[in-house]
Formats: sequence, structure tokens, C-alpha cells
Amino acid sequence: MSERFLSQRVVAVPPSGIRRFFDIAGTMKGAISLGVGEPDFVTPYHIRNAAIESLLSGETQYTANRGLLELRQEIAGYLSGRYHADYSPDTEILVTVGASEAIDLALRVTVEPGQRVLIPDPGYVSYAPCVTFAGGVPVPVRTQMENGFRLDPEQLERAVTPDTRALIFPYPNNPTGAVMRRQHLEALLPVIERHDLLVISDEIYSELTYEGEDHVSIASLPGMRERTILINGFSKAFAMTGWRMGYACAPEPLIAQMNKIHQYTIMCASRQSQVAACEALRTGRENGYRDVVSMRESYDQRRRLMVDAFERMGLKCHLPEGAFYCFPSIAATGLGSEEFCTRLLKEEHVVCVPGTAFGPSGEGHIRCCYATGLKQLNEAFARMERFIKRLGVSA
Amino acid sequence: MNDFKHQLLELLQQDCRIPLEKLAVMLNTPMETVAAAIDEMEADGTILRYRPVINWDKININRVEAMIEVRVTPQRDMGFDAVAGRIYRFDEVKSVYLMSGGYDLLVLVEAATLKELAAFVSEKLSVLDTVTGTATSFVLKRYKQDGVIFESASHDQRLVVSP
Repeated sequence: MSERFLSQRVVAVPPSGIRRFFDIAGTMKGAISLGVGEPDFVTPYHIRNAAIESLLSGETQYTANRGLLELRQEIAGYLSGRYHADYSPDTEILVTVGASEAIDLALRVTVEPGQRVLIPDPGYVSYAPCVTFAGGVPVPVRTQMENGFRLDPEQLERAVTPDTRALIFPYPNNPTGAVMRRQHLEALLPVIERHDLLVISDEIYSELTYEGEDHVSIASLPGMRERTILINGFSKAFAMTGWRMGYACAPEPLIAQMNKIHQYTIMCASRQSQVAACEALRTGRENGYRDVVSMRESYDQRRRLMVDAFERMGLKCHLPEGAFYCFPSIAATGLGSEEFCTRLLKEEHVVCVPGTAFGPSGEGHIRCCYATGLKQLNEAFARMERFIKRLGVSA
Repeated sequence: MNDFKHQLLELLQQDCRIPLEKLAVMLNTPMETVAAAIDEMEADGTILRYRPVINWDKININRVEAMIEVRVTPQRDMGFDAVAGRIYRFDEVKSVYLMSGGYDLLVLVEAATLKELAAFVSEKLSVLDTVTGTATSFVLKRYKQDGVIFESASHDQRLVVSP
């Protein structure tokens, strides 16, 4: 009955494709999940302790809308030191409730009704709905396994129209693990500049870049700072998903408008989370980000193990260079992504996420997270191998 | 990034039963190189033994443990090493450390009964002529050992599927 009150703009957006698997898996005993999207580490103890100390000493009030100045100063120092991206803590940094809020704000302050926003496809599930909620039109730009799911300048060029406002730029990528190295970024710049695109760069997995050069922020490239909203946070690098700590950095006019929505809707991010985030950066600065380095090392080992396991099963899998996901092709099985995942879950009690949850180009792939204990990973591989053999795929 | 040997040792310390071929994949190193490194570290005494961390409380046997602080008179030319050697050769002694602070040696002792352990202290340890005093503390409960927490089996708090 109450449906008549609903806005059609919201109703028209389909619920996340992940939800259904969550419901089935929830009823199953002994299921192993490769469907998670967060670290298997608990937030380092010293970070948790900082939040406890802050509570005990009665720090329970609002903070500044933009976040604690001390935290913004740490963020400025971190981005400058790690990624050569320089932002003023006073006017160009906004602390948000997870990177998710920052993405929403970035879209809401920049997209005019009906303007198009380009999203590499497959991509994180929230981008397209957030574009729609902001009144824009999400446009998927296909990326392919053959070139490591990187965004290709020609494909980008073809997707641009006169009413294209922005490009969401999520690298390292969830779900594909793709990384845009410096030369790949440089190849895109002419297209971005020619069409005067705004870049919303979601760099939440920046610390989880393996091999070769560290993550390169597109905001650090010549001429890009002025047209980039850099988004990052603490969830992945510091194993702090539940704290909901993110931030956006951009030139003052953009941050000022984002802060306007933030102050009217959120007021400020949780103080305890901000204190914890501050501790994470301060300690990291002093000890060379020791926690991050050791987590990255452990992910890197498991990344190789998972790719190797898929190759042995007869599933083609590119070596992901970032994040903590593999995105193997299941074409050899002849099944669609949804069917593969549903049957795998029912027959062998292993949860994977169908590639189609991340956009149409995800068809034929599944997302598997390797941020899980070695024992569970090996058991999951054994079960998947059994399942795939039954489907008649030979390694 | 830690170097190859350091990473290898950390993996083995986590679980020394990871098969060689998996270690090779995880460390991005040929299997022969991993095997050779393990052989080498076994030979030069870097890796001394592979053994499980056991929660003995789970099985029904008699077992008492104590930590004994021992004060000794160091010997000319030998320092503490000679007396430590006389202590660590006893089968009851599981670990011996030379310590800074108010005493010299920390000795971890294991026995089947309290009586046996007491007998070890009074009849074997205290009578050594270089030992000038002992203070014995019994282990009542083990919370964490070698980085492994004993009681709380940590369970995964994460959502089964998340974006």
C-alpha cells in the first residue's frame, strides 16, 4: 500500500545482485566464502586502542564538519609523501563516512540532470546507482581480460559524448584487480583533457598494489589536480572497514560544495573513527607503515596461490596487480556467471560473486576474494576443482 | 617487502605443513630454490625443529609447569654459559634464558606432578654449587603461546558476501 509514496527514480534502480547470494549462503552451514569484500585482518590493536582511549577520556562530541584538523593534516602528509598529491588540510580535504559517502558527494556536486558519467565495466556495484541517484546517466565503458581490464584510451574516446561530465576512475579495481600504471594513465590524459572530463578517482585499494612501481595517483600527473576528485580511505589499507572512514581531496571550490551537503546531511564522521584513523596514519608515518607492508605481503602470497589454483583447474585468470580479488574466466565451463555461482554454492558450498553483479562486462567471470585464511582457501580450491571436473573441464 | 628467506620463515612459522609447491607459488620462487633454502637453514641451525603448538589442557594427562628464577654465581672464564649448560641438560627443563634484572636465569620446567617438580628444584637444581637461590612460580593458565591465543577461537565476523 505504501508503495505509492515511493520515488520512481529510486524504485527503478535494481537492488544489488550480491544480495541474493548473501541470503542463500546465510542459511548454509560450513560454506566457505570467497565473496567477502574486506580484509581478513582485524584492525591493528594500537589503532583500536586509540579509539578506546579517546572514549575513556570523554571525547564524545561532534568534530568540525570537515573532520578533525589533526586528521586532515595527517591525510595531507600521507598523500603528499606516498603519492605526491598535495592538498591543503584547511580547504581541500573532507573526511567522510567511508569512501562511499565521498563518491556520492562527488557525484552530487558535479553532475547536472541527464549528464553522462563513464564507469569502467566491470566495476564496483555502487557507482552506477549513485550516478542515477544524483540525476546523471551511468555509462559503462567495457574493459577486457585480454589487456588486464585496464581502461583503454580508444574505448574511453568512443564512450565520450558532448554531455559527458565525468569519469569514475577506480584503480586498483574491484572486482578485476586491474591496476593503471603510470604509462597507462599518461595514455588516457589526452582524451580526458580533450573532452574536459572531471575524474572521480576512487583509490581505496591504493596500498594494495603488487609488483613494480607503487600506486600512482592520477591526481599527481601534470594538469590533473584541477580536474580530479581524489577519494581514498582506511578500510582496505588499515583493515578498518567497519569504522567507515574515508576522505575526498579536491580543489577548494569542489570540496566546499561537497562539504555543504556533508554538513547538512551527515554533520561529521564519527569522532572515534577519526581518532583511530589519525592513529593509523601517525604510527604508519613513524614506522614506515609496518602494518600495511606486512598485510600487503600476505595478500601478495595468497594472490599467487589463487591464480595458480585457477590455472590448475582450467580456468583462465589474469594475474591481478592490485586489490584482493581474482576475476577468473569461467567460459570453459559453458555456464553463465549467475548459474555457475548458484550451482557452486548449492553443490560445493563455496560462495563466489557472479561477475554480472559488477556490470554487463562481468558476464563469464566470477569474483573471488583471497583475503581469507590459507586453510579455507585451499579447501575452497579443492571443492571448486571437484565442481569444475564434474562440468567436464580439463585442466 | 621482506626478503625471500624472511618471508619463507614466517610462512613456516605460521604453518610448517604448507606443501613445498604452494610455498613456491606464494613466494614466486622455483620449488628447487625453496627446497634448497629450507635445507640450508636446517643445516646451519636457523630452523631447528618443526613442531605443533599444543593445548595440553585438551587431553587428560598430568602435567605441571613452572617458571623458576635462578640466581647463580658466574664462573671465571665461562660466565653464565657453563652453569646454564648444567641446567639445560636436565630433561625436565624445557627452556633456559639468560635474563637482565634481578635474577640471572629463567628456567621453564615441566613435570607430571607437583611433587616431581618440587623434587627437581630441591634435589637437582638448588644443589648445584653455583646456584645461590631460586624462586619457583607455577603456571596456572595459558592464554597465549608462540603468538597463538589459546582460548578464544576467533571466528570470522565478516559478512559472507559484500560488495
